[in-house]
Amino acid sequence: MSELRVKISGFGGQGIILSSFIIGKAASIYDRQHSSMTQAYGPAARGGACSSQVVISSDNVEYPLVDTADVLIAMSQEGYDTFLPILKKGGILLYDTDLVEKLQSHKDFIAKGIPATRLAEELGKKIVANIVMLGFATKQAKIVSPEAMQEAIADSVPSKFIDLNMKAFQAGFDYNEEQ
Amino acid sequence: MFKKSRLIGEFFMQGDIACAEGAIAAGCRFFGGYPITPASEIAERMALRLPLLQGVFIQYEDEIASIAGILGASWAGAKSMTATSGPGISLMTENIGLGMMMEAPCVVVNVQRGGPSTGLPTSWGQSDMMQARWGSHGDYGSISLVPNSPQEFFDLTVTAFNFSEKYRLPVFLMADALVGHMTEKVVIPPVEELEIINRKYTTKKPEDYLPYDYGKDLIPDFAKAGDGYRYHTTGLTHDKRGYPDMSFECQNELVPRLVNKIKNHIDDISLTEEYDIEGADVIVISYGITSRTILPALTMAKKKGIKIGYLRLKTVWPFPEEKIRKLSEKVAGFVVPEMNLGQISLEVERCAHNDSIVKLVPHPGGGIHKFEDVLHAIEEVAHGK
Repeated sequence: MSELRVKISGFGGQGIILSSFIIGKAASIYDRQHSSMTQAYGPAARGGACSSQVVISSDNVEYPLVDTADVLIAMSQEGYDTFLPILKKGGILLYDTDLVEKLQSHKDFIAKGIPATRLAEELGKKIVANIVMLGFATKQAKIVSPEAMQEAIADSVPSKFIDLNMKAFQAGFDYNEEQ
Repeated sequence: MFKKSRLIGEFFMQGDIACAEGAIAAGCRFFGGYPITPASEIAERMALRLPLLQGVFIQYEDEIASIAGILGASWAGAKSMTATSGPGISLMTENIGLGMMMEAPCVVVNVQRGGPSTGLPTSWGQSDMMQARWGSHGDYGSISLVPNSPQEFFDLTVTAFNFSEKYRLPVFLMADALVGHMTEKVVIPPVEELEIINRKYTTKKPEDYLPYDYGKDLIPDFAKAGDGYRYHTTGLTHDKRGYPDMSFECQNELVPRLVNKIKNHIDDISLTEEYDIEGADVIVISYGITSRTILPALTMAKKKGIKIGYLRLKTVWPFPEEKIRKLSEKVAGFVVPEMNLGQISLEVERCAHNDSIVKLVPHPGGGIHKFEDVLHAIEEVAHGK
């Protein structure tokens, strides 16, 4: 049985929960894996700390929580600071380079940064930063197949914004750190 | 978005939404409720879906009106449901007793959060289990089903409606915030593949019909509203006509029947899953989300060579007394992890053989059990402590 545990952290309003929903849907509906998504938020949501998590498995997901992560996606400094300790040795950290500026030592894991929010702004809508990050995660951490991710995104966003979201996915997928 | 009367297929679906879809699949066409975290998504989904199905969604002024509304809808012939969390159940409890006395089929969903009082609105707990059994005053039999995944939330919602229609009472669905807000794959089969049970209507002529007459199964038959049958009901102790009767004889016939109509059918109602029970030294008993969050501890215990069995309760009420009694004769003891400070473990203690150890692993809610705590309890029982 192979299992991948993904933690996504950021602010309320960034689409943190939608991101894990899309990953889970891509895995369980389009990649024919099993997945379980859970979320955490406080009584006041927008702007506050927010995290979500998804477990992807070749078998039934018995234990649904993410106490240790194989992949950590950080869309805020607070999210990075809070959840870096649960990232496994050898795990993958994906972060927004404009939002996570104070970095610790990354010698125990693979760290890859992308200015997801800035790239989203260049596409015309800051709100698709999470989708840029999903494109980046698909390429860099191979959490699900690119086809499944694209289908799940198209399925989960308003139909008139599918093109924009597909561009956002592609921008993240094609992003090269050395750029 | 929802042209079809029912969704069929595979969905990546939240637990609360799966519950609403399960209700629709079971034939629920009346929802009355008042929003509360973590159950609001059930109401939101029903508000979206029921008007397209010629059903009725009413957001009432509070939970007291909500339960009164679904009892009325049930009495008029509709399958009805409400969904809330602990604080809402506390407000509904008086009228849940009325539902038990009238024998009105309906489903009451409690997506449990941490209590008491307003407690932990966005986090989970399992501390309303005894409230579901004993919340309203007086003696009555009751049924509580406890799902541990979105798929099971769908499945057990259908089962809850079936039991409510068959045994004529409000049935509790005791989910929790983690299952309610968890999203997983949910498979919704075509309606003909689901077992759907509808209430039994009388075949007697109006002049021969008594609303609270019953046969061997102790369950009265309904008469259809508007079909010319004389019908009377009340929360007071009543005779077979449904008229108040304050005699001891009447009380002594009615109230034991309310208890026994459930007790006598425990084999049909009690749903459990067993793993590695044969030859086990220690049996872990658990229900709801806890049955998943403690699994790593069970794996650790197995690795240490402990012969461990596992009993999962999908039906918590009526409690499987006889099953626990029989199991207790064969094992050193039981470990009961639950997200409260000791509720179902008391039932296990009550039913287990005197020589067997029953160890509670408590948790106040708002997190999950530490694996070491569960493992430690298993080791203690295995070593006869």
